Amino acid sequence: MYDIKALYEAESVEHAVALLVEHPEAQIIAGGSDILVKMREGKCAGKELVSIYGLDEMRGVSFEADGAIRIGSLTSFSHITGDPIIQEHIRVLGEAVDMVGGPQIRNIGTIGGNTCNGVTSADSASTLFAWDAVVEITGPEGVRRIPIQDFYIRAGVVDLKPGELQTAILIPKKAYEGYQGHYMKYAMRNAMDIATTGCSVNVKLSEDKKVMEDVRIAYGVAGPVPMRASGTEAAVKGRTVSGENVKTFAGAVLEDIRPRDSFRASKEFRQHIAVVLAERALRESIRLAGGEVDE
Amino acid sequence: MYVGKNVPRVDARDKVLGRTKYTDDLCDKSAYIARVLHSTIAHGRVVSVDTSEAEKIPGVVKIFTCFDVKEKHYFPTAGHPWSTDPDHQDVADRLVLTEEVRFYGDDIGAVVAEDEIAAAKALRAIRVEYEEYPFVLDVQEAMRDGAPRIHKNYPHNILKHTGTRRGNYEEAIKEPGLTKVEGWYDTPTVQHCHIENFICYAEMEGGRITVTASTQIPHIIRRIVGQALGIEWGRVRVVKPYIGGGFGNKQDALYEPLCAWLCMQLGGHLVKLDVPREDTFVSNRVRHAIRSHIISWVRPDGTYAARKLEAFSDQGAYASHGHSIAAKGAGAFSQLYPCDNIEVDAYTVFTNKPVAGAMRGYGIPQAMWAVEAHTEDVAARMGMDPVEFRRRNLMPVGYVDAFSRNELYDDTFNQCLDKAMEAIDYKRKYKEYQNQTGDIRRGIGVAVFWYNTAVWPISLETSSCRMVLNQDGSLQVQLGETEIGQGADTAYTQMTADVLGVPLENVHVVSCQDTDVTPFGTGAYASRQTYTAGFSIRQTALLLKERILKYAGGLTRMPVYNLDIVEGVIVRTTDGRRLMTLGELSTEALYSLKDSRHLTAESTSQIKSNAYSFGCTIAEVEVDIPMCKVKLLDIVNAHDAGTLINPALAEAQVHGGMSMGIGYGMSERLIFDEKTGRPLNNNLLDYKLSTFMDHPRLKAVFVENAEPTSAFGTKALGEPPACSVAPAIRNAVYQATGVAVNEAPVNPHNLFRRFQEEGLL
Amino acid sequence: MSRQYKLVSCTINGKQVEKMVDVRASLTDMLRDDYRLTSVKRGCEVGECGACNVIIDGECFNSCIYLAVWAQGKEILTLEGLAGPDGGISDIQQAFIDEAAVQCGFCTPGFIMSAAAILEAKREFTDDEIRKRMSGNLCRCTGYENIFRAVKKTMLQRLGKEKEGIL
Repeated sequence: MYDIKALYEAESVEHAVALLVEHPEAQIIAGGSDILVKMREGKCAGKELVSIYGLDEMRGVSFEADGAIRIGSLTSFSHITGDPIIQEHIRVLGEAVDMVGGPQIRNIGTIGGNTCNGVTSADSASTLFAWDAVVEITGPEGVRRIPIQDFYIRAGVVDLKPGELQTAILIPKKAYEGYQGHYMKYAMRNAMDIATTGCSVNVKLSEDKKVMEDVRIAYGVAGPVPMRASGTEAAVKGRTVSGENVKTFAGAVLEDIRPRDSFRASKEFRQHIAVVLAERALRESIRLAGGEVDE
Repeated sequence: MYVGKNVPRVDARDKVLGRTKYTDDLCDKSAYIARVLHSTIAHGRVVSVDTSEAEKIPGVVKIFTCFDVKEKHYFPTAGHPWSTDPDHQDVADRLVLTEEVRFYGDDIGAVVAEDEIAAAKALRAIRVEYEEYPFVLDVQEAMRDGAPRIHKNYPHNILKHTGTRRGNYEEAIKEPGLTKVEGWYDTPTVQHCHIENFICYAEMEGGRITVTASTQIPHIIRRIVGQALGIEWGRVRVVKPYIGGGFGNKQDALYEPLCAWLCMQLGGHLVKLDVPREDTFVSNRVRHAIRSHIISWVRPDGTYAARKLEAFSDQGAYASHGHSIAAKGAGAFSQLYPCDNIEVDAYTVFTNKPVAGAMRGYGIPQAMWAVEAHTEDVAARMGMDPVEFRRRNLMPVGYVDAFSRNELYDDTFNQCLDKAMEAIDYKRKYKEYQNQTGDIRRGIGVAVFWYNTAVWPISLETSSCRMVLNQDGSLQVQLGETEIGQGADTAYTQMTADVLGVPLENVHVVSCQDTDVTPFGTGAYASRQTYTAGFSIRQTALLLKERILKYAGGLTRMPVYNLDIVEGVIVRTTDGRRLMTLGELSTEALYSLKDSRHLTAESTSQIKSNAYSFGCTIAEVEVDIPMCKVKLLDIVNAHDAGTLINPALAEAQVHGGMSMGIGYGMSERLIFDEKTGRPLNNNLLDYKLSTFMDHPRLKAVFVENAEPTSAFGTKALGEPPACSVAPAIRNAVYQATGVAVNEAPVNPHNLFRRFQEEGLL
Repeated sequence: MSRQYKLVSCTINGKQVEKMVDVRASLTDMLRDDYRLTSVKRGCEVGECGACNVIIDGECFNSCIYLAVWAQGKEILTLEGLAGPDGGISDIQQAFIDEAAVQCGFCTPGFIMSAAAILEAKREFTDDEIRKRMSGNLCRCTGYENIFRAVKKTMLQRLGKEKEGIL
């Protein structure tokens, strides 16, 4: 039994918005793997909930007219991993969310929930950051779209105004076309775990596979919210594919990231791992893109 | 014959059908729900408790605070047999609710409500005012002058200290040419993590109280509930259904006394107390963290001249099983590698942490971590092969321990080492993994373990058994020794069938213990049951057989000495003729107008022997140095548990123990906030129990030297598999990297620190 | 405060059922308390142990963190539904018995449901894939070894490859 004051089940996105406007104190519940756990802990016990779990219109992966990949916010992790569009164009996202918890969690957990709870350790978030994802938000005023970096305000807080809900996540065509990427989750065990640090890297190589035309890197648990390491990206963008440049890239991340001490890991340990992950994830991304790192 | 065969578990079918009933499945829905109010400070005194807001919450029945406990019946909690000698009784330091707070999570109140939501709300609404005292979390800090005193009768917080002296250490170390090897070794606080949390419910009937509990030790719980409530023990009835694992945590009185007390305060209304997972980590029991300091003086030929151990065992806030754990480990140190000159000092020390009690291995996993890490260090220092060094110094065949009179009858250690080495291709791998370089390296490591079965002569060993024959020649078997998942009921079934001479399916072991009807037995612990119950089963079955054959003699007019029971048939041994079935005999006996008998037997065996149970682990690892990660590639355990009653179930037991050992060696550790004493990772996400993806295939091999003292040639196997796994992993990492990790677990945090210290990062 | 209830109609173990359910209930609560399907166990109540695992519309879910009202219109399978109405047990249940994959039995229902989902896929998985698909369930008794054997053996049997053996 959960300490739920009242439960309102939305029948459409529009209805969900109306319910949220009508019950401004209510929390949105999508898959519930986060909110129900919090409720049991007493953190949001006694609250009203607006359930959007039944909104199948918010499920699935498709193309927008402009070629952007649209992922409905209620799409479960396992469905993202298994989706043919994801597998063809942004396989790394499917791989990243396949590292969340265990199979049951990946069936109930949604990409919308994973981003809306605003936590830095979300396995989907660093890859979404690294692929310039755009968040679609629907509210009383209609639909608005913002870059995912702007969606995160601070730890646990995202840019959802009263009456709003996240309805989709989009990966623009120019953000995925020609890129290959790799996500590495560092955790203390191989399943049912939270990321100590997560690192998602992707690269676009020149036609001859000798030059890194673009490199993007994002982290989870390297700061209070997921983050891009922009300085690091700039350091190697346009440089040749080489062991030395890979090392330069990895070493540069320490300037960008701001991990902290927690009982889960020390700041020093997270810094060390962030560098190792950057190097390995870039190497793998280059390999996936058809490049070869000479030593 | 059924002993030695892989018969399927007698309870497996119901379990795979989901029909097996555990405590929560049996509790009536009319039960009130009890939740415990835990302290949010580590040390101090409850000054006041404001329940006014909580009482207003609809559904709250009653709130009890520590101040409501008017009659203070202090009780011990350890699942030990009671001692009639006051000097050997466990320390009675618990009350059902306490004003004196000794750890973060102590039991200071309880809410009883109509449902779990009201109970949870009420808990959050209670305001507690404390007087706070300084607290101490580290075992050696707690022994210092001026450290906060946790129990007034224990200066320096030392619950108990034992010292053992053999030979003359101080003189022996003067021998010329000795090499001194010294090390400190630490094991963490870990928790049992049975998947069924502790749960119990209590109700009164006719002035008596019945507690149904997920426990390993129903008869002991009856005594403790009686002590805690201050009522006659005969007014307490304890029922133990199937339980979802125990591993020692449920070898302790957990909340049975409180639940019974709450029930009595409420006029006997049914009260259920179901412990949430988070509380299980904190307010049940944990494994003692033990810090060990070992010094060895080694001769150039690789033999020991003198050895010394100091062990500091972290008891947490209450005595529970107390010094027994450290004492068992200290005994193992002295015996595993016998040496003429030994000094051992073991201290069990109170700290403001969760209470440590029994956990699979009972001090031996801690001791083996220290001893086998140290042994590896000594071999390396002496430039000797780690296996050869062990073989040279291990307990020799014929060794007899003066106190327990345990004897090593067979060349168990060498046989186990040989078998394990063969199973994992040790020699080739050990050679191949010498002197590696690079980021990713492999290693293989060995550790042996010492264990002894049951608790005699430290404590009582007794087992009682009852057998009742049915009309059809089948029988019920009852024992106080409990099924907790290990397969005890199946082993009892096999033993009974063999001794009595009946088909397996005709033996019905009554799995549920009910202290009103089950013969007395102390329960599941100390890997004792197959050994100890074996005596009472054989004795009782022989008694019943004698009665059956005597009756058969009367019916058949044959002399009893010419009769036997074979697969449920009375057979004339002289010519093998089948005279009648046991069913025919039993029906006749019950309904006979001439000589009606209910054929039953019941007897008690007091066991005054004990048996060594030894073996080893070999682990192979791959270490990713930059990632500070160890991958376990392969692992094998070898055991000599005597004759195996059921090899398949024995193998399964070994797998489970290995798994617990893998967690102990690689990932598990309960951690506490230094500033508050609050546990930080008391949930299954942050407490790193191994998952399906963290194990390689597990291998178990056996040496079967029949144990001569045993009723069925068998001896301990429940706990031994967890004893040597962690140090074997540590030693494999040592071979791979040259880095000795002396603080368990060998997890990324400890590896990061050690690799930095050793310059690998 | 008045309690809120909702009529929930769904199929449980092949049978169409309907009951008024407290909206605060988890699916675990509903299955255990309203339908007495006690194979669904409570081990952590936060989705970390898998003891309450059931199959909903072909996928595994921890029923402890699944609202009962969401069951509306769904097809739910619990361990009780794997055995035939005449008591005949399924191959995977038999394999758990034969491979000594059962000890205390408390995690067993959740594991068998994860295994059932694997078998329903009707394809051969690698050892690592089996491990991954079973990794949402924790067990403290078995070390997972015999559970692995039972699942792999049944998978191969169903694919007509039992001769390949599990090792």
